[in-house]
Amino acid sequence: MGDVRGFLKHKRETMQYRPVCERVSDYAEVFNLKSDEKAREQAARCMDCGTPFCHSSCPVANIIPEWNDFVYKGVWEKAFAMLDATNNLPEITGRVCPAPCEYSCVLGINDDPVTIRENELSIIENAFKHGYIKPNPPKTRTGKKVAVIGSGPAGLSCAAQLNKLSHNVVVFERDQKIGGLMRYGIPDFKLHKSVLDRRIDIWKKEGIEFKTGVNVGVDYSYDKLLKEFDAACLTGGSRKPRDLTIPGRDLKGIHFAMEYLSQSNKKVSSEKFDEPSITAKGKKVLVIGGGDTGADCVGTANRQGASCVVQIEVLPQPPSCRDESCPWPSYPMLLKTTSSHEEGATRKWSVLTKNFVGYDGRVRKVACVEVEFSQKDANGRPMMKEVSGSEFEIEADLILLAIGFLHPEHEGLLEQLKVKFDPRGNVKTDNNYMTSVKNVFSAGDMHRGQSLVVWAISEGRAAAVGIDRFLMDY
Amino acid sequence: MFLISNGVSNKQGLYDPQFEHDSCGVGFVVDVKGKKSNNIVSAGLEVLERLTHRGAVGADPKTGDGAGILIQIPHEFFKKVAKESKISLPNQGEYGTGLVFLPQDELERKFCKDEFEKFIKQEGQTLLGWRSVPVDSSVIGETARETEPVIEQVFIGNCCHRGDAINRVPTVTNAPTVNDDMAFERKLYLIRRQVENAIKSSSIKQKSCFYVTNLSCRTFSYKGLLMPYQVKAFFLDLQDKDVKSCLALVHSRYSTNTFPTWDLSQPFRFLAHNGEINTLRGNVNWMKAKEGLLQSELFGDDIEKIKSIIVPGGSDSAMLDNVLEMISLSGKSLPHTLMMLIPPAWEHNDLMDQKVRDFYEYHACFMEPWDGPAAIAVTDGTRIGALLDRNGLRPARYIITKKGFVVMASEMGVLDIDPSDIEVSGRLEPGKIFFIDTEEGRIIDDNEIKNTVAGSKPYGKWLKDNLADIDGLSPNEGGIAQSRLHSGDNILSTLKAFGYTREDFKVIINSMAETGKEPIGSMGNDTPLALLSQKPQLLYNYFKQLFAQVTNPPIDPIREEIVMSLQTYIGSQKNMLSETESHCHKLKVKHPILKDEDLNKIKNINENGFKTKTISTLFKVSPDEGGIPQSRLHLTDGFTQAIDKICHDAEFAIDEGFSFIILSDRGFNKEKAALPALVAIGAVHQHLVSKFKRTQIGVILESAEPREVHHFGLLFGYGADCINPYLVYASIVDLIDKKEIKLDKDKAIFNYIDAVEHGILKILSKMGISTLNSYRGAQIFEALGIADDVIEKCFTGTTSRIGGAGFDIIAKETILRHKSAFEGELSTSLFLATGGVYQWKKDGETHLWNPQSISTLQHATRTGDYNKYKEFAGLINDQSKSPVTLRSLLKFKDAKTISIDAVESEKLIYKRLATGAMSFGSISRAAHETLAFAMNKLGGRSNTGEGGEDPSRFTPLPNGDSARSAIKQVASGRFGVTTNYLINADEIQIKIAQGAKPGEGGQLPGHKVSAIIAKTRYTTLGVTLISPPPHHDIYSIEDLAQLIYDLKNTNPQARISVKLVSEIGVGTVAAGVAKGHADMILISGGDGGTGASPISSIKHAGAYWELGISETHQTLVLNNLRGRVRLQTDGQMRTGRDIAIAALLGAEEYGFCTAALIVMGCVMLRHCHLNNCSLGVATQDELLSQRFMGRVDEVINYFGFVVRELRGIMAELGFRTMDEMIGRTEFLELNSSILPWKAKDIDFSKILYKPKMPASVATRCVIVQDHNIDKVLDRELIKLAKPALEKSQVVKEELEIKNVNRTTGAMLSGEVCKRYGESGLPTDTINFKFKGVSGQSFGAFLARGVTFELSGLANDYVGKGMSGGKIIIYPDPKVTYKAENNIMMGNTTFYGAIAGEAYIRGVAGERFCIRNSGVNAVVEGVGDHGCEYMTGGHVVILGKTGRNFGAGMSGGVAYVYDEDKTFNKMCNMEMIELEELSKEDLTVIRDMLHNHFRYTKSSVAKRIVDDFGAESKKFLKVMPKEYKRILKQMEEPKKTGEVSDG
Repeated sequence: MGDVRGFLKHKRETMQYRPVCERVSDYAEVFNLKSDEKAREQAARCMDCGTPFCHSSCPVANIIPEWNDFVYKGVWEKAFAMLDATNNLPEITGRVCPAPCEYSCVLGINDDPVTIRENELSIIENAFKHGYIKPNPPKTRTGKKVAVIGSGPAGLSCAAQLNKLSHNVVVFERDQKIGGLMRYGIPDFKLHKSVLDRRIDIWKKEGIEFKTGVNVGVDYSYDKLLKEFDAACLTGGSRKPRDLTIPGRDLKGIHFAMEYLSQSNKKVSSEKFDEPSITAKGKKVLVIGGGDTGADCVGTANRQGASCVVQIEVLPQPPSCRDESCPWPSYPMLLKTTSSHEEGATRKWSVLTKNFVGYDGRVRKVACVEVEFSQKDANGRPMMKEVSGSEFEIEADLILLAIGFLHPEHEGLLEQLKVKFDPRGNVKTDNNYMTSVKNVFSAGDMHRGQSLVVWAISEGRAAAVGIDRFLMDY
Repeated sequence: MFLISNGVSNKQGLYDPQFEHDSCGVGFVVDVKGKKSNNIVSAGLEVLERLTHRGAVGADPKTGDGAGILIQIPHEFFKKVAKESKISLPNQGEYGTGLVFLPQDELERKFCKDEFEKFIKQEGQTLLGWRSVPVDSSVIGETARETEPVIEQVFIGNCCHRGDAINRVPTVTNAPTVNDDMAFERKLYLIRRQVENAIKSSSIKQKSCFYVTNLSCRTFSYKGLLMPYQVKAFFLDLQDKDVKSCLALVHSRYSTNTFPTWDLSQPFRFLAHNGEINTLRGNVNWMKAKEGLLQSELFGDDIEKIKSIIVPGGSDSAMLDNVLEMISLSGKSLPHTLMMLIPPAWEHNDLMDQKVRDFYEYHACFMEPWDGPAAIAVTDGTRIGALLDRNGLRPARYIITKKGFVVMASEMGVLDIDPSDIEVSGRLEPGKIFFIDTEEGRIIDDNEIKNTVAGSKPYGKWLKDNLADIDGLSPNEGGIAQSRLHSGDNILSTLKAFGYTREDFKVIINSMAETGKEPIGSMGNDTPLALLSQKPQLLYNYFKQLFAQVTNPPIDPIREEIVMSLQTYIGSQKNMLSETESHCHKLKVKHPILKDEDLNKIKNINENGFKTKTISTLFKVSPDEGGIPQSRLHLTDGFTQAIDKICHDAEFAIDEGFSFIILSDRGFNKEKAALPALVAIGAVHQHLVSKFKRTQIGVILESAEPREVHHFGLLFGYGADCINPYLVYASIVDLIDKKEIKLDKDKAIFNYIDAVEHGILKILSKMGISTLNSYRGAQIFEALGIADDVIEKCFTGTTSRIGGAGFDIIAKETILRHKSAFEGELSTSLFLATGGVYQWKKDGETHLWNPQSISTLQHATRTGDYNKYKEFAGLINDQSKSPVTLRSLLKFKDAKTISIDAVESEKLIYKRLATGAMSFGSISRAAHETLAFAMNKLGGRSNTGEGGEDPSRFTPLPNGDSARSAIKQVASGRFGVTTNYLINADEIQIKIAQGAKPGEGGQLPGHKVSAIIAKTRYTTLGVTLISPPPHHDIYSIEDLAQLIYDLKNTNPQARISVKLVSEIGVGTVAAGVAKGHADMILISGGDGGTGASPISSIKHAGAYWELGISETHQTLVLNNLRGRVRLQTDGQMRTGRDIAIAALLGAEEYGFCTAALIVMGCVMLRHCHLNNCSLGVATQDELLSQRFMGRVDEVINYFGFVVRELRGIMAELGFRTMDEMIGRTEFLELNSSILPWKAKDIDFSKILYKPKMPASVATRCVIVQDHNIDKVLDRELIKLAKPALEKSQVVKEELEIKNVNRTTGAMLSGEVCKRYGESGLPTDTINFKFKGVSGQSFGAFLARGVTFELSGLANDYVGKGMSGGKIIIYPDPKVTYKAENNIMMGNTTFYGAIAGEAYIRGVAGERFCIRNSGVNAVVEGVGDHGCEYMTGGHVVILGKTGRNFGAGMSGGVAYVYDEDKTFNKMCNMEMIELEELSKEDLTVIRDMLHNHFRYTKSSVAKRIVDDFGAESKKFLKVMPKEYKRILKQMEEPKKTGEVSDG
């Protein structure tokens, strides 16, 4: 800890967003990176706790106090090396991670937590700027071949780790480009795709082979896969969206958020797509679902020129600060106002969608009712109850369903492989991440269920260890 | 019957008699002119009796720990009584005699006597006969009687005076003839040693009761397991007026044990000792090593007969006596022998005569000091003398009368002497010898003795010609500083192979290189013991540092650095009995942590005939090579073979004439791993010791492994002469190259070495050891988790109580580490392992306090959810996945359960709970008070910790809540320990040690001393406060008894507790404490938390409470002392299960600390030492304190949960009350299913041992201690002071006082404070004038309004803790000596005094006004360490001072009358400045002198005041630097304040 009283000298300062009027008119990242000096000042706030709760609650166990200290001391290269040791994609998590670390920062108990995520971002961007990060292909190869199927954060982390362990890795991706939801799910204004390309470029140079546009199980048979590779890791994500099966669902103008976002992302990147275009331009947009994906829809809709954007959530409005139900250092459900919300959206909570109303086969509005959760069931869980007389309607001609994912897509490869699933429909593995099929592993959302990027990275890394242990027999 | 021979006192369970300590009262009387009389003998016995309070009694009130008297042979008397036994005695000097303790069994007795006779004959002497010594057994205690031997007296005729006998029995051919007293004395010695050896190796049952008190033609001793008053009554001889002697040496023993040991009573053959030899194990080993070289012209071949010189099984004093006897009989004079064995602190003493320093340096080349607190009285029958060790930690006062009579004793007043007859009242000074030669009929002063001895040989020239200094060696070829690894070596993999972690750098190495200091940490230890850790551990981690507590004092290595030395003399030693110039043919090394260039000098040495051989400590590690399967057995073979090889090589190097060997692990690579350096050093050292060759060669270690202070401490402690930690140097250079350390290379390495060396001094000092020479090989460690075969080979004699890792496991750990260096290509391998020892990390070491356990506990106590607490308790109690604590390996046996309703109530159990001693200073005020409120509500006890308590907290709030801490702690700093504080206690706790840093002092840096802290500590805002390592009034067990007595007198209602820390031997210490009348003993575990400690102490000093409490419980039960005292334990207690285990192991009460802090918000930042706690718990920062969010009800919730869990366990085990649980180890067993791989052989049998004792022996506290305060003088004083106490009327009385009147004034003062509180009475309301010699602690805790005047002499601890009173001391009007040249009072006076005045006409001993907070005192001279640690008050000294004046003095002012301008040489200038006097100063001095004269009629004061203009110029002002700065600062705002007010 460089400055023992840093936390008393400096207040928490986060990155500045560009002005709303400026940023809604483009897809560039909404924030301005901090200066190194500012980052140093913020790192000085880290208390280097004897029990670093941040490190404890970080799924990849980022060694936060140590790299904060290096940043404070200006030893950026070492900070990078330390960060790189636990996280394969800090430039991604540094941008989009909801940062459980910050919620468990000791300083957060009675003060504002350290800007851990942004410090992470500063470190990795500094490393790119100064060339600390460069391709470092393994000197020898084990001769073992591993296929990674799916190029989201889990697959990429797994591939990167296996490659470091000197195995030959091929990453298969059914989309045209590498990155999974990082590329097609997260809008550029939050994560510019050049960030992803920059990293993939390094990995290519380190010897990872990327095969895009190959849908394993469809374009590439699974027995060929098992024949050609010593092991395979399934990291196809949890892509089966949760649907809202209420009357009117078949009306036009109702889309899953991911359909909308991935198309928008393709548009921004000038990537071709076959489906009919979905655009918010001039439309009254309703986003159903109050989470991060919903927020991404809001931001994208505004950029596309929506006439208005409404976001509704069935759960009540979360508190703006911790309450008894989620004491420090647990990850709390708090009211989060993202950059997208700042750009304009009406948000409503405790709203249950009853049915979609439309004519000419197109949706025009949604019938809603307010709900309350004051009563609890036998297990103490709150029960939803409609508030009588509170029915109302929202006009909307583009409705985006951002209410999460159920489990991985079972059709295709998973069914062909006959892997076993857990009760929630996710791929079941043993402690080494091996599925019920020998040589086949799984990690990330496909294994864990819908989760955070940082969890996907963590799973991918852990699976790599399992695979290595399997291949090298130790 | 002899209990000993029944085996009752033998080693059993955790009790081991080798850890017994003793300490004592010692004294002598002598007629300087050598006139023999019975008066001297009676005077000796009188002295002995009056020292009774310095001895102790055990469970049996009539059995003492031993007492005795040594006199000249009373020839006249013996002639008479021998005749009665039909023995005809020759002339005086022509026969030798001595008491012989013989077996009660007749046959065995005969056997012993026959053996005796056999050796008398063999040595050519004549047995004149045996006399049965008349004793009166009815006067002694029951226990003593049970073990009483048959006592006879043997008479042996000197054959050289009987011409016919001389050649009758030819003995060994080369035996020198017996032709003088000394020769005969040697013969008697030979006879005695041979008989002793013969009986010892015989098969008789009662051999342990065979003992020869003394066999001499000069001296004779009567002693036994007696109390002082019983000596004369028991030995009827002593009642005979014909028993005459010109000298008498007496001794009264206070032992920590009560097992009957007739033979350990003193005096021994030559000496009587008060104190303790701390370096004993090293001394014994080195003596053994020296035996190989022993030769003496006088003994000739007979020398073989007396081996081994040191008789095993003796006490430290007995062993010292063995060596002293052998050396002096081999021809060296007594003073010479004493100077050789117990040298003063000559190393840094520029004031010492060069000739004398040369003597000491010469002898340092082959004799390591017997170090430890020692006042030794010694006599050969014509000469008698006394010597004080270099620290002067034992009191020794003497009086010389005009009639040529001298009495020397641990205290004054032991003999009534007419004041007008006193010529000199003196004291023995540290390192000085007081010597009387009755043949010459004079007292020979220290200077003369030392000069005579030092002048006997040209030591200076010899040193000049022979002793090489490493600094003077030229760097030869190849002597270029390396400080980098050889090219090709990868520093990262080398670091990994030696187990370096990132933390080692971040926390330890960088910090040491940058600051030159050992790093500080906080909050204790919650990681596994090495044996249980899942991570490979360095062998060092299996050892715990030992430390001094109670029986001897630790030293302050910073403030008392003058006594410390690391100077080392390496090379081959010569026969210690001869003196030649080649004895100092050695290499002198000032800094035993060798830089690379120094090591190179030694490697390439080619001067003076020195030669160096390097021995590699590497061994092959590719067990798979050649298809040999990897197996534990195989690994062990390679490893142990390597050990054998280096031992062999080392021995061979000696035979080849090498002077030094370097054990080196350089050249390490993938195939070759290094033996753990400690194994290499230990094995070689032990091997060479066992071959009697160790002293013939210097053993130097060149290793990549050591980096922490603890590592170096161990390596030296197990025999290394010098160490070169080359990898640390290389790493530092690497870090400098990478700009991570921004320092010059030399500076950084210097800093690192400096930090290590200071750390080593700290480790030494913790044991009370002053020099590395005597620490080396002293093995002051306990092994925890090491198997016996490893101990046997490498660490012989070290205690290892739970068994553990053998060579196979140590080898495996080494290889695992080694392999990790060369495996794995992942990018994570770019880094060293995380460590996670000082900071929790996911991939680091296990911590019991981790994010999960901390947050779960906080959640539980905040919500009051017991289920959540159970979740927490589960996290702590079930450590099966990664065991941390010893207790986690235990499980409860199945038992008959009872209903929870049958279990005693929570309320009753709360009474047994306490929160730990955390000072207001270490934790914030709000945190401190929250604990107090909570504990008071529950009915438990909170603890003030060191540092006082705001008196406003003594009064409860209107709603009944109280912030008053029930336990008031008294620690070495005595901060805030006022009389009023003491009387507001339910319990007064003497903190001897604390778990996090036992044996060390503390320091509250100035920036933490806020206004409120300064107020509660009665000091000045912003001024650093130092707590010394020892209580300066507790240097031994009888001193502790005295402090207990002081405190009990002050507040008779409070129970007195003593806080000890678990370590091997704590049980015997506790037995001593129980005998010193403590009501409760707290055994703290070494893991305990703290505000700030050196991290090596947090980790490596102090054992676990499980060991400490069970050892203590077992020892007390075995001694039948358990019933007198309650036991408490603490140190990382967390759950109800912890309490249950503590109870079953023997504790009645339980302390919680860290857990309570966590409940109040602490999340283990471990920043307490930075004053930076962001939770407001452990900080004094005003802003941060406001962040504190702890709540009383949450603390109450916590203890409620703990007790609820505990009651559940009680019900399960079928205990209705806690009392039923105490010491019931049969309900516990080892849970062997969860043992980690390394710990498969762990052994809990000693911990779970239950001594088999008769039902009458209590196994928990059942009676109240008798403090013997019913008849103290204060009871009378209180009666006399009634008008003052009741109506504030002035009282004036005169009384007689004697040395047995101890702690006079304390109880009276307690009464004053009870009625009048802190402010007491108006000055001079109660006036007592005493006449005579006061006992210890005269005027202790004297309250405001009480004035004590003493006409006569005073002993130690005058004015201790004085809280506003006034003390006036002057000589009896009848005396003719000059008071200003004589000692008027003893050592450690006005210790921790808060306020008041003192006027002492005459000189005070050592440590005058130590830690004085505010007393204004005048004195006419002081001994060493004057005004040490003083923080306030004014002191005027009208005469000379001793050395080290003002050490650690952070506040207050001293004015010293420096007539001959020598004072500056006496000062320790670290914290003070000497200044000229200002006008204000002159006024202060003048006023004080005026008073001094008025009260004492001091002629010195008068002379100065009469000519104040001129005389005042001779004063120097001693001003602490920081104090000056603060005073100035305080003035400044006042000035600006005035301006703004205007």
